[in-house]
Amino acid sequence: MLKIFLAFVRKETFHILRDTRTLVILFGMPIALVLIFGYTISNEFKGASIAIVDEARDALSAELIAHLTASGHFELVAQPPDMAGMEKAFQTGEVKLGIVIPAGFEQSFFREKRAAVQLLADATEPNYATTLTNYATQMITAFQQEQGRVEVLPYQVGVHIQMLYNPTLVGAYNFIPGVVALILMLICAMMTSLTIAREKETGTMDLLLVSPLSPMVILLGKVTPYVVLSFVNAVIVFLLGYLVFDVPVRGSIVLLLVLCLLYLMVALGLGVLISTLAATQQTAMMTSLFTLLMPTMILSGFIFPIASMPTALQYAAHIIPAKYFIEIEKNIMLKGAGWEAVQFSSLVLVAMMLFLFAAAWRNFKVVYD
Amino acid sequence: MIVTNDISKSYAGTPALAGINFSVQKGELFGLIGPDGAGKSTLFKILTTLLRPATGMARVAGFDTVKDYRSIRKIIGYMPGRFSLYQDLSVLENLTFFATVFGTTMAANYHLIEEIYLQLEPFKNRRAGQLSGGMKQKLALCCALIHEPQVLFLDEPTTGVDAVSRNEFWIMLKRLKAHGITILVSTPYMDEANRCDRIALMQEGRIMQMDTPENMVTSYRKSLLAVRTNHFYALIQDLRNNPTVERVEPFGEYLHLTSQAEMDPQLIHDYLLARGHTAIEVKPVTASIEDVFLDLLEATPG
Repeated sequence: MLKIFLAFVRKETFHILRDTRTLVILFGMPIALVLIFGYTISNEFKGASIAIVDEARDALSAELIAHLTASGHFELVAQPPDMAGMEKAFQTGEVKLGIVIPAGFEQSFFREKRAAVQLLADATEPNYATTLTNYATQMITAFQQEQGRVEVLPYQVGVHIQMLYNPTLVGAYNFIPGVVALILMLICAMMTSLTIAREKETGTMDLLLVSPLSPMVILLGKVTPYVVLSFVNAVIVFLLGYLVFDVPVRGSIVLLLVLCLLYLMVALGLGVLISTLAATQQTAMMTSLFTLLMPTMILSGFIFPIASMPTALQYAAHIIPAKYFIEIEKNIMLKGAGWEAVQFSSLVLVAMMLFLFAAAWRNFKVVYD
Repeated sequence: MIVTNDISKSYAGTPALAGINFSVQKGELFGLIGPDGAGKSTLFKILTTLLRPATGMARVAGFDTVKDYRSIRKIIGYMPGRFSLYQDLSVLENLTFFATVFGTTMAANYHLIEEIYLQLEPFKNRRAGQLSGGMKQKLALCCALIHEPQVLFLDEPTTGVDAVSRNEFWIMLKRLKAHGITILVSTPYMDEANRCDRIALMQEGRIMQMDTPENMVTSYRKSLLAVRTNHFYALIQDLRNNPTVERVEPFGEYLHLTSQAEMDPQLIHDYLLARGHTAIEVKPVTASIEDVFLDLLEATPG
């Protein structure tokens, strides 16, 4: 039995190594995805273009402008004389944030002890606009404190914000777990469904069926190489996350990898199930992309927070395996949590795995009708 | 070795097989002869346990194809109609893989495949997808033989193969028969029928006639003439207008004339001469399987 199993593994390895398309999907895609997500999905910014209308032209306004541009986060690209000029700068798209310092700024600040500054943001990109205004507000508050002339109110509620587990709000802390979940689902499930569909398409599945092999050996022999490769991929992505984007694993690495394998089993079950329904590689590929890629990206909480989805979609998110795996990853990697924290998600994944295995096994045809 | 009892099967309402009854003896080389769409491949799928018959039942080596499919799968070799090996694996890799899958080794059954394998050996490291049609068939036969099956199912093994390779292939089958292997083979080529011990002529899911090729030909009771002249197209027309001729079919460079009644070659000769044909050749011939087949086709309603 072991000999037969090894013969299968050898054969699958040859298939993989001799097909450039498979090789590219297996090893090119994970690395490309990590790097693309790593450098594009990010809330951090540098050198955002701003314009300032300085109607005050006094010493304090000059100081404020110097303060804002000193950080390197903002780059002053225009100083239009009036609001009309400001609007033009927004329309051409050269400016993302506008700051208006009204006339008599210094005077109101010192005499009336209250001065106003107006912020304008290009909200065609809502997330970016929010980020920019938040940051500008922080800087102006800091400037105000620096001036040391803030009148201390007699009663005050002090709000101290502390961002736990990811104090500097690094984007990679969110996307590395997401990308791992996405890649493992895609590679393991898609490659599994493709490799079985291929045997059906070429007719070799008939030859395997008309042999003393039990269907279990056929399936195990075929999918094992892909599980191993997917696992290697997961390790590569975790390493990339650690080395390139400084994403730590604060909890137990062993626990993380064991649950990673559990998640792979779920993906595998999905792949085999898809292959039992698809007669050709083309159908298997399309089915995998539509039923796996889109839901995993959109409903897993990887890109859009589940809490802000409509109720119906929130329920739909509960059947997405990636949702649970991302929770597991974040708990172990970022919070350094142990088994108790990931127990529930893990058990859900185990249930999903058993269900998918049973469904795939039931659907796998040993004799056609 | 193979027995079927009233097997029927339809695909989406279209009947593929309608009441198939036949049996193959141990050690026999049995041929299923018929054009594409006659239902040969469906019958193979049922006998190799891949497909469940709608009605009827079949036994291979005493095992029921539905209930005991596992036992059957251990003792048969199957070569599907379409080339179904791993195109990206080499000749040797395909062979060792299938040997292992069947729990044996190439060395263990080398005596069976030796002759065929010797022809493949110069290409043993070539990928199966890059072999010629004839070589592909030889490799597929090797793979089907590697576990020394008791029954060999070969679905159109010579389709798409050149004449020389086809001839070699039939010689190989004769030798395998000598090893005691029962062989069921299908082919659309009527001229290959004579290579089989017994044949069944199939058309539209039915077996029209079943016998040894010799009996089938000698039982052909009608009178048969082969005719050729310098004017082939006019010849067909003229002969179809002749009341003594029942059927005219092109047959290579000749036309075959059939009639229930005896036809006189001299009368046909004179008839054609009167219609301006030259280089007339009229000769009585013995029937071939194709004549039998065409005749049966005409006799079957629909």
